[in-house]
Amino acid sequence: MKYLTEFRDGAIAQRLAAEIRQITTKPWAIMEVCGGQTHSILRNGIDQLLPPEIELIHGPGCPVCVTPLEMIDKALAIAALPDVIFCSFGDMLRVPGSDRDLFRVKSEGGDVRIVYSPLDAVALARQHPTRQVVFFGIGFETTAPANAMAVHMAKREGLTNFSMLVSHVLVPPAIDAIMNAPANRVQAFLAAGHVCSVMGFWQYPPLATRHRVPIVITGFEPLDVLDGILRTVRQLEAGEHRVENAYERVVTFDGNLPAQQLLDEVFAESDRAWRGIGVIPRSGWRLSDAYADFDAEHRFDVRDITTVESARCRAGEVLQGAIKPTDCAAFGAECTPRTPLGATMVSTEGACAAYFNYGRVVQLERVRV
Amino acid sequence: MTAVSPTPAAASLADWSCPLPLRDYPSIVMGHGGGGQLSAELVEHLFRPAFGGSDPAPLTDSAVLTLSGARIAYSTDSFVIKPLVFPGGTIGSLAVHGTINDLAMSGAMPVALSAGFILEEGLPMELLARIVNDMGAAARAAGVRIVTGDTKVVERGKGDGIYINTSGIGVVGAEVHIAPSRARAGDVVLVSGTIGDHGMAIMSQREGLEFETTIESDSAALHTLVAALLAAVPDVHVLRDPTRGGVASSLNEIAADAGVGIEVNEEHVPVRGPVRAACELLGLDPFFVANEGKLLAIVPPEAADQALAALRAHPLGSEAAIIGRVVREHPGMLVGRTGIGARRVITMQIGEQLPRIC
Amino acid sequence: MCLAVPGRIVEIREEHGTRMARLDFGGIQKTVCLAYLPDAVIGDYAIVHVGFAISRINEESALETLRHFRELGILEEELGEVPDDAYRAPEACPLPT
Repeated sequence: MKYLTEFRDGAIAQRLAAEIRQITTKPWAIMEVCGGQTHSILRNGIDQLLPPEIELIHGPGCPVCVTPLEMIDKALAIAALPDVIFCSFGDMLRVPGSDRDLFRVKSEGGDVRIVYSPLDAVALARQHPTRQVVFFGIGFETTAPANAMAVHMAKREGLTNFSMLVSHVLVPPAIDAIMNAPANRVQAFLAAGHVCSVMGFWQYPPLATRHRVPIVITGFEPLDVLDGILRTVRQLEAGEHRVENAYERVVTFDGNLPAQQLLDEVFAESDRAWRGIGVIPRSGWRLSDAYADFDAEHRFDVRDITTVESARCRAGEVLQGAIKPTDCAAFGAECTPRTPLGATMVSTEGACAAYFNYGRVVQLERVRV
Repeated sequence: MTAVSPTPAAASLADWSCPLPLRDYPSIVMGHGGGGQLSAELVEHLFRPAFGGSDPAPLTDSAVLTLSGARIAYSTDSFVIKPLVFPGGTIGSLAVHGTINDLAMSGAMPVALSAGFILEEGLPMELLARIVNDMGAAARAAGVRIVTGDTKVVERGKGDGIYINTSGIGVVGAEVHIAPSRARAGDVVLVSGTIGDHGMAIMSQREGLEFETTIESDSAALHTLVAALLAAVPDVHVLRDPTRGGVASSLNEIAADAGVGIEVNEEHVPVRGPVRAACELLGLDPFFVANEGKLLAIVPPEAADQALAALRAHPLGSEAAIIGRVVREHPGMLVGRTGIGARRVITMQIGEQLPRIC
Repeated sequence: MCLAVPGRIVEIREEHGTRMARLDFGGIQKTVCLAYLPDAVIGDYAIVHVGFAISRINEESALETLRHFRELGILEEELGEVPDDAYRAPEACPLPT
């Protein structure tokens, strides 16, 4: 596939990794923000090519991991209603709510459907005018334009049976929160390349300056990730803290202006609870007043939700990089990918699931030696 | 049935209580049919204790019984796919190929099939005719007779149009001994062709995931391919058709059953361009996508070249490839060598693989 | 949050009053929303996330990046600085015939 396969070249990956090894003289802790980057790192084994001094901390950049428990429970309550067709991205199906997940709701008779795009949910609303079609609008800034367009189309076409349960989260406030946390160890960030393809990267220089951290806009294929890490380490070794764009073929400083325009119209900033972390002020988007009629939280009575998070789950501390999954007493015991207590064990790029599988690789390495 | 590792003798039914993993799900969820960990647990913790008695042997794709001195393979499979008609086949041809392949994976020459139908009230007769004729054609092409069957009808809304069960019997040669337990460190792993075609052909028809595509299911009867392989390499150790759950699930199962490790070189596993593109779009790993006309073969290292040649000489194996080795290290684990020269543990999925955005 | 895949625009049309396009992704084609790339034309490459083209791919930049990558290591080899500590996973699998 053009503009994809070339960025997976094994020989070039080895050379980039060799370059990183050559210039690294001190230990560095780098956080990759985006869950997609974490996925790429684990799936390709990129961290195995890095020198031991480089620690990659997997950030809270996965909507599966950070969608607030209360929002999951609201989704479950709505999905269980008889007249509702509840549409969601596949990622969310196994995320545990207080006592069940969307798969359970489906097995108990809820009409839960996996869709590839929010436009598929809009199409369902057109096809089923007597049913309520609800779309679970989660994600970061990358996904927000798609969700915005879906709601915008529904409003334009008068699809009054369509509504969206919105739980968008934003990257820059998360970076602030992570750097302000007392136990923070992160010294640099690989910023999320596709978030920046939408938003541009004009939001990042103030962050780099305020927290004195290099921020390198990074892509997702092995060569992109390695290049991002290389540039980050160069800055760290030189004591610099600039914003650098390592994903120039897709990211510009200004970003996608038509997308940002519709985002301004459809969404409004809000405080947002990040699962396991807590409320980060102005870190999320909700539907704006102009689109309140399409807000599933208003349309359905989902107020009496009591959330019960597992007392043993320490996902929040893991998400912020404060502890490693292996530091958690429940890890590998009552909390496994098969029986997850929290979202970081459910998601394939959640740090806990990653460590669970990575731990088997460590076992592998020990056997080899 | 999927293969499971040998477990200690089952508890008596009288004091059966739900073991922990099943307790998580008070009712069946879709994941239980996904070919991943949940499916395996259902077999291990529910079916085997109930059916297995004191027999510790794994439940493989087909059972081989000795009847009056003849070795008979016996297998069953049910087909519940939607859509009923897809690029490259129908639920009918799939039902014929699926059971023939289960038998072939024991090294059996299939002899006869049964066909049970559960029809939903309201199923158009024309559609049923198309499916049944497709079945007949597939069976004739394979040289296997459908000799007995049954039909039931359920009320509208109680079935997905049509469910089909096929069972089959075949004859296993005296010298053939194919079982997961025969995998040995040093053995070579081969695949008979490109992976992921069937699963992505189905996916391309699913509501919400459609794309305009040329991906066709690879649904095919593999018994003549197996015969060709056995003629060249009588001492094939393991055969498996990687259906739901894909190559990754099958190799994980074999590794667990045999107590060996398996390593695959990911770059050597053939995947057609459009299949890879479709997987990229939906965030799916081709290793976990179903195949219906491919087999995995594990053979002694000295026979690897002949095995490859035999597969490639057959029309259904023209893109066969050597993809890995059985190793002594990391028993029970499947490890992939990635394109950048690193390694990843390819863990069995919990349920079925889902499209992702993240 | 970030699975976005590159595809080439092969057709542009309107559906339900919205600008849509059919893209070719290395052998399969899918119709996605092109409303956010009002200036994109047939033949352009774009990345697609959940059914939306969200950014054009700057092909010159892509080729420049690849050129830069390919030169990495060649320069070092010329200077005699070949890295000798390259990571190699153990060669467990035989090469294909």
